[in-house]
Amino acid sequence: MQRYILQRLIHGIVLLVAVTAIVFFIGRLTGNPVDMMLPEDATEEDRVDMIKRLQLEGSVLEQFQVFVADAIQGDLGMSIRYRQPAADIFFSRLPNTLLMIPPAMILAVVMAVPLGIISALRRGGIIDRLSATIAVLGISTPNFWLGIVLIYLFSVTLGWLPSSRMGGPLNYIMPTITLGTFLVAGFMRLIRSSMLEALDSEYVKLARIKGVSEFTVVWKHCLRNALIPVLSLWGVFMGGLVTGAIVTETVFAWPGIGRLTYEAVIFRDYPLLQAVIIMDAIFILFINLLVDILYAYVDPRIRFE
Amino acid sequence: MRQIPLGSMLIIGTMAFVAIFAPWLTPHSPIEQSLPDKLLPPFWEEGGSTTYLLGTDIFGRDVLTRLFYGARVSLMVTLLALTVGGGVGLMLGIIAGYVGGRVDAVLMRVVDAAFAFPTILFALLLAVTMGQGMDTLVIALSLFLWAGFARVIRGEVLALKQRDFVALARVHGCSPVRIMVAHILPNVLNTFMVLLTLNVGVIIVAEASLSFLGAGVPPPTPSWGLMVAEGRGKITSAWWLSLIPGIAITLVVLSFNLFGDWLRDRLDPKLRQL
Repeated sequence: MQRYILQRLIHGIVLLVAVTAIVFFIGRLTGNPVDMMLPEDATEEDRVDMIKRLQLEGSVLEQFQVFVADAIQGDLGMSIRYRQPAADIFFSRLPNTLLMIPPAMILAVVMAVPLGIISALRRGGIIDRLSATIAVLGISTPNFWLGIVLIYLFSVTLGWLPSSRMGGPLNYIMPTITLGTFLVAGFMRLIRSSMLEALDSEYVKLARIKGVSEFTVVWKHCLRNALIPVLSLWGVFMGGLVTGAIVTETVFAWPGIGRLTYEAVIFRDYPLLQAVIIMDAIFILFINLLVDILYAYVDPRIRFE
Repeated sequence: MRQIPLGSMLIIGTMAFVAIFAPWLTPHSPIEQSLPDKLLPPFWEEGGSTTYLLGTDIFGRDVLTRLFYGARVSLMVTLLALTVGGGVGLMLGIIAGYVGGRVDAVLMRVVDAAFAFPTILFALLLAVTMGQGMDTLVIALSLFLWAGFARVIRGEVLALKQRDFVALARVHGCSPVRIMVAHILPNVLNTFMVLLTLNVGVIIVAEASLSFLGAGVPPPTPSWGLMVAEGRGKITSAWWLSLIPGIAITLVVLSFNLFGDWLRDRLDPKLRQL
């Protein structure tokens, strides 16, 4: 187990270095950030000043060395718009995102798990067809638009819910629905297909022959095993979660990391965007590491591979 | 066998038609502003007129016209991204599957990494460093696609490699490149076609999302995602600005998804688990 964890850890660090390098070199090779960010009437003096401020002196490799050395010490550069260290802004916004994600995840799980299980048990039945329809609608509706529709319905027309920003519990309802439904479709289909696979397996046949009750077969034998592939696809869900959070926070003016990412894009705040991406990468890789360990814990075959 | 999805095909056909013939279908310009006519509602609402069937935006541009031209942008970007991203994925998938060994191990590691890391972040970064534009958007969307294509195609190739006709071609003295191009490629084209159709919807949504986030084609070029974004601030007074383009996106994407499902069941049922 320790060897496995160490292996995953090294894997994660290699990925982090790769992401950092890619982010850095994309910025330097695909264009000149200085030209992108300076206003059109900038003087030569502004230019020199910005080059210095963004640490763009010397060759690209020298710049990368400086960048990595600073990054290890927690300095990810200065945001142009906020004139503050990018890492500080990231951490000041982080709690807001961490508040928004759990309700959405809970909603997704609460909807997806029962629907996925019932769809698998009653294959081709009403619930199965209904959840297939929900799933295809879910992936076809852009979730930024769903958020706007909710605002139109519940804030503009009915006046029941606040349309944006943080505040009381009411402010959580629409972002939770928007982000939750974004996750639910994939989740539900995955649980359904891995339940179907589990129901078809030898150990379920054996359990039935032994005369184990249907309830125990489904909930104890099948579901536990069906959840393992769900765990292994966690990485894909992380991608969805990040995308969903950026869009949802943008729609509802939620002052978290997603909104910060959007602001960095529209204000062309290159150092801030770079810092956000690297911090996101650290978080994602850390969570993936935890999931990998959990995965190896629930499925011992992984450890000995 | 499932029914042929006629409704989906009709919607897809309509979208293609308006995209191709946009300039002949509407008397208005998608870009030119006409401020006296700004924020007119659709014709069935009070104050609407049949000159502007679906109303006008904050600059007095006809929403329907912009929708037509937006279909053009969406389709063009989607086709280009599918060609580039799908093509790269197809090529790498065949190479990884057929060559195997270290090449395969390295390529699949990169694919895993691409899955673990949200590509939207790279797409946004590209928009900031390269500037907004069609080329940036196509590169960004190709990043979404290639890994999924490479993984599925590789799986197919691994199975094909064991077949007799490949062994015979090898005995016959075919070079690896010739085997990959002349013998393997034609046999994965069915799967490739299915992957293409299944991904059209994904790409349209991704394009709309990037445009919504200010990382798509630059204004004033009409794009459905951008139209939703521009109308967002006017949701209290002019609902049609962001709701109508959203309906268009949802209908078209839904149609492509249903059509893709149907095509998959016809051509390649074993992909159903995807």
